[in-house]
Amino acid sequence: MNAYISVWKLRFLSGLQYRAAALAGLATQLFFGLIFIMVYVAFYQHSTAEPQMTLSQLATYIWLQQIFLSFVMLWFRDNEIFQLITSGNIAYELCRPCGIYSFWYAKLLAQRLSSAILRCLPILLIAFLLPIPYNLSLPPSASSFIPFVLTLLIGLALNVAISMFIYISVFWTMSPVGSTLVIAVTGEFLSGMIIPIPLMSAWLQHFTYVLPFRWTADFPFRVYSGQIPPAEALQGMIIQLLWLAVLIIVGRWCIKRALRQVVVQGG
Amino acid sequence: MIKLHGINKSFKVARRTAGIGQAVKALFAREHTIVEALHNISFDISPGEIVGYIGPNGAGKSTTIKVMSGILVPDSGSCRILGYTPWQDRTEYVRNIGVVFGQRTQLWWDVPVIDSFGLLRDIYNIPPVVYRENLALLTESLALGDILQTPVRQLSLGQRMRCEIAASLLHNPKILFLDEPTIGLDASSKIAVRQFIKTINKERGVTVILTTHDMNDIEALADRILMIGKGTLLYDGSLAHLRSRFGSNRIITLDYREHAKPIEIEGTNCLSWSPERAVYSVDIDTVPVASIIAKLSEQIELLDIGIETTPMEELILELYKEHQI
Repeated sequence: MNAYISVWKLRFLSGLQYRAAALAGLATQLFFGLIFIMVYVAFYQHSTAEPQMTLSQLATYIWLQQIFLSFVMLWFRDNEIFQLITSGNIAYELCRPCGIYSFWYAKLLAQRLSSAILRCLPILLIAFLLPIPYNLSLPPSASSFIPFVLTLLIGLALNVAISMFIYISVFWTMSPVGSTLVIAVTGEFLSGMIIPIPLMSAWLQHFTYVLPFRWTADFPFRVYSGQIPPAEALQGMIIQLLWLAVLIIVGRWCIKRALRQVVVQGG
Repeated sequence: MIKLHGINKSFKVARRTAGIGQAVKALFAREHTIVEALHNISFDISPGEIVGYIGPNGAGKSTTIKVMSGILVPDSGSCRILGYTPWQDRTEYVRNIGVVFGQRTQLWWDVPVIDSFGLLRDIYNIPPVVYRENLALLTESLALGDILQTPVRQLSLGQRMRCEIAASLLHNPKILFLDEPTIGLDASSKIAVRQFIKTINKERGVTVILTTHDMNDIEALADRILMIGKGTLLYDGSLAHLRSRFGSNRIITLDYREHAKPIEIEGTNCLSWSPERAVYSVDIDTVPVASIIAKLSEQIELLDIGIETTPMEELILELYKEHQI
C-alpha cells in the first residue's frame, strides 16, 4: 500500500511544479466557460419550448465542468506511461514488486488531483463573483452538497478507470493518438461535456444512462444543483460503484493479457 | 539457484523491402518472419557467481535477461530462480532481484535522484535502517554525493548510470542482472562500477549476471562466461579455459639498438621488422620465451621487451568465427 501512496505523492508533488500550465489552463477554462454560457443564454432567449434545465442550473453545470475539468476530461493524459509502453521502459515497471494496474492508477489519480488543486480554487472564486446569469450558484442545500462531493470523487475514480483503457490499448496499437481520440471524443460527448445531458433528446439521454461515462461528470454536477435529489443520488452512487468495480476488474484482466504478450525490443 | 531448461522464445517481425509498391502491398498482406530469439537455452548458475553473458548484437542476450527477470514470457521451457518461475510469480520474485538495463532509465525524469530512491524504498518496503545503510554505502562507493539532489534530466550519462546501478541495489537483491551496465561510461566510472560490482559480490554474496560488449568488463569481473549466438548457447565455461584453448600464443615486441638485418628464430613468426623494432608471434608451448630472449640477446642489444597475450577481444572473435556467428 505504501508504494501506491508514495507514487501518488511523488506524482502529486511533481504535478504541482507546472505553474505556467496551470495559469494557462485557468485562462482557457474561464474563457470556455464564459463562451459556452453565452451561447446558451442566446439559445434560451429565443427558445420556444420549456428547457429541462433553468439557465442558472445550466451555468452552474458548465462552471462545474470547467472547475473540475481535470477530474472529468478523458483527453487528460500521462505521456510518461505512453512512452513507457512504446519505448520499452516498461521493462523496469515490470521489475517492481507491485501490480502495474494499481501503480498506474495511483499515478493517474495523483496527476488529476494535483492539476485540479492548482486551478479549481481561482476559477471557483471568479465564477462565484460573476454577474447573473453567468455565475456559479450555491447548491440549494447542504444535503445536496455532501452527496455532490462523494459522487464527484467516485466519478473521478471511475474516470481514471475508464482512462486506463486508453493506456492498455497502447500495448496493441503502439500509438496513443487513435485510442485517445476515439475514447475521449465519444466519452466526452456521452458524459455531457459538449451538450449537457438534460438538454439532449430523450432517446439519446436513455442511451447515455446505460453507459458509464455520464456517471463521471453529468451525475455529480446535477446532484450539486439539486436536480437529482439526495435520495436519488444515493442510488446513483451505488450504480457508480458498480461501474467502478466492473471497469477495474475488466481493466485488470486486460492488462494481464497485455503483459503476457509484451515484447520489449532492442537492448 | 538459477536453473534454465530448454527456454525458447520467438518474435514475429514484420518486414518489407523499400519502395512505394511494397508499402502499398504491405497494407493488404503483411509479411512476417519468425525470429527465433532463444533456442533451447539451458544453464545453471550457483549462488555467488559472477557470470558474463556475451554474444554479438542481436544474439539474444537481453532477451534471456528479460526472461530471467520476469518481463518476457518464453514460448516454452522452464526457468526456476530462487524457487520461483519469474513470469508466473512476478511480484513475489522481483523483490529478490535487481536489474539494470543500460539503455533504459528507471529514475523519474523531472525530480531529484533522491526522490526516485525514496519511491523505490516505498515500493520495495525497505526498512528505514537498511535504506539508510545502503544509501550511505552506495553514495560513497559510487560517488553519488554531489548528484543525489539533481534532477535526473540534468545528469550526464555516466552520472545517471551510476544512479541507476545504485537504484537497483537499494533493496539488497540476491541476484543482480546487469544489461550493459558500462555503456557510455568513461574510464574512471567504468573502473568504479566494476570495483563496486566486485565488492557487493564478495561482501554480500550477490550473484551477478552481466551482459556487455566491453571485454574488459568480462576480464575484470566474470569467473564464468556464457556465450550465445543466434539464440543458441555456444560456450559455457571459465575464462581461463577459454584462454587456454586459444591462448598459448604470445606477441613479443622488441626494441633494440640499430641492427641491419632481420633475425630469424626457429619456431617464431616475424610479424613486422624495422632496423630498431621487431614483432614476433610465438607459441610458448613449443618455444619458451626465455630461449627466444637468450637467442636474441646473443645477436642484438635489446632495449625493451613487451610480451602480450592475445587480447580478450580477439579470443572472442575467434570463438564467434568458430561458431560462424
